[in-house]
Amino acid sequence: MRKLYSALKYVCIACLAISLIALVAVVAYVLINGIGNLSFNLVFGEYKPDAPTLLPALVGTLELVAIAAIIAVPIGIASAIFLVEYTNNKGKFVKIVGIATETLAGIPSIVYGLFGYLIFVVAFGWGYSLLGGAITLAIMILPTIVRSTQESLLSVQGGLREGAYALGTSKVRTIFKIVLPSAAGGIVTAIILAIGRVVSESAVLILTIGMVVNKVPETLMAPGTSLALDIYYFANHGRPDEAAATAVVLLILVMLLNLLAGWIGNLIKKSTYGDAK
Amino acid sequence: MNEFIGSMDITAKGCNLYYGDFHALKDINIEIPEKQVTALIGPSGCGKSTFLKIFNRMNDLVEGCRMEGEYRIGGVDIFDKETDVNVLRKNVGMVFQKPNPFPMSIYDNIAFAPRTVGITKRSELDEIVERSLRRASIWDEVKDRLRKNALGMSGGQQQRLCIARSLAASPKVLLMDEPTSALDPISTGKIEELMEELKKDLTIVIVTHNMQQATRIADKTAFFLLGELVEYGNTDDIFTSPRDERTERYITGRFG
Repeated sequence: MRKLYSALKYVCIACLAISLIALVAVVAYVLINGIGNLSFNLVFGEYKPDAPTLLPALVGTLELVAIAAIIAVPIGIASAIFLVEYTNNKGKFVKIVGIATETLAGIPSIVYGLFGYLIFVVAFGWGYSLLGGAITLAIMILPTIVRSTQESLLSVQGGLREGAYALGTSKVRTIFKIVLPSAAGGIVTAIILAIGRVVSESAVLILTIGMVVNKVPETLMAPGTSLALDIYYFANHGRPDEAAATAVVLLILVMLLNLLAGWIGNLIKKSTYGDAK
Repeated sequence: MNEFIGSMDITAKGCNLYYGDFHALKDINIEIPEKQVTALIGPSGCGKSTFLKIFNRMNDLVEGCRMEGEYRIGGVDIFDKETDVNVLRKNVGMVFQKPNPFPMSIYDNIAFAPRTVGITKRSELDEIVERSLRRASIWDEVKDRLRKNALGMSGGQQQRLCIARSLAASPKVLLMDEPTSALDPISTGKIEELMEELKKDLTIVIVTHNMQQATRIADKTAFFLLGELVEYGNTDDIFTSPRDERTERYITGRFG
């Protein structure tokens, strides 16, 4: 029996090693191939046919993140507040909404892309546009934001709500002054991770914003591109070096977002709970 | 709108309370005098806490809770349409079994209730905070760290902070739901002394599992069993010459 246990331990270690090697290999490969091709001009320069740049993609990515977040964050948080604070997170309705959000969170992004394409590009007649893409992305990250906000709200101790009500505090004030601040750490982390998904999404955008890599979009109704799309485009158009360099930029961006998520989450937790815990 | 002015005695007439099909409180009638400490004793699950929570209407938050009867505090019908539940709760403070300070500074905890009613002037808030902390006899321990997070305090301090937080709303009644059951004997002693002080201005109703505590602090004692009020009277009488056999068996430790 003891032999079996120690064997199990080594199997686990081996599996961990495989995961780590795979991760390190991907990151190392991207960095080795990409860093040498990075230059200031490639990232921020003006796009020319013989010297493509990432400027249109940077602008596009920022706009997509901003619009998707502006739409999805308030709606997501408000929905979660309703589910947790006004329905006690119980009952048939909440169950149905729970199943719906879980299903929506699990749908492949290309399906969202197709939806965005049929609605915004075709039915609304917008053609390819950043706005259509951003709204589609907002719909895509909405379920995740609702779920994680719900969980953050549920983790707030019931005693705090009771304590506030017992002082004659209204429900609204209790939510805004007691519940939301206590849950803020988890909510902010969830938002930043959702932004990470927006940054790295490609399938949705191929079908909605049109992959116009050579022009900085002038309006939100213009077609455009994003960093993830640029990788796809360059790789498909005989520019593997540029593709690798773009991958480095995207990788760093996503890494920074993840670090930021952890850091802000901790910061808020510390300011709410002080040195205790 | 009904206001809470004048005397602060509490009465319940024909009190019946149900959780779904469960008949939790059975035909309870009681008159609790003002500016005294009244203890509710009895075994776990006999309805003491449920009964206590009627008077600041915390049961409103419990799903499937249904009530009959007439409940008055200082003559005001607390379930009347003209009674604002938030005004009621400002006048009827509550201290819970588990200390529940808000995750914010000590100062902000105390200032929470005054800010709720729109007091924002710094000098006024400072004064309320100091007065409330003094009344809860915790001022000397925390006056140098009012800006520190309240969750860094010990359990006993947290509970007195919660009492101070209730006092900052200037209540006229204080409901205490086993306020010392999670505390060590020294903290418990401090809170008992505090109640002795507070009853000069406040009507205090306390649920306790600790019969010694009831004899130490309570002027009146009510014994609950299986949702019924078995016996109610002066604490001395209840503990020295109970009229009901069930009371006698409980206080002598023969069941419960």
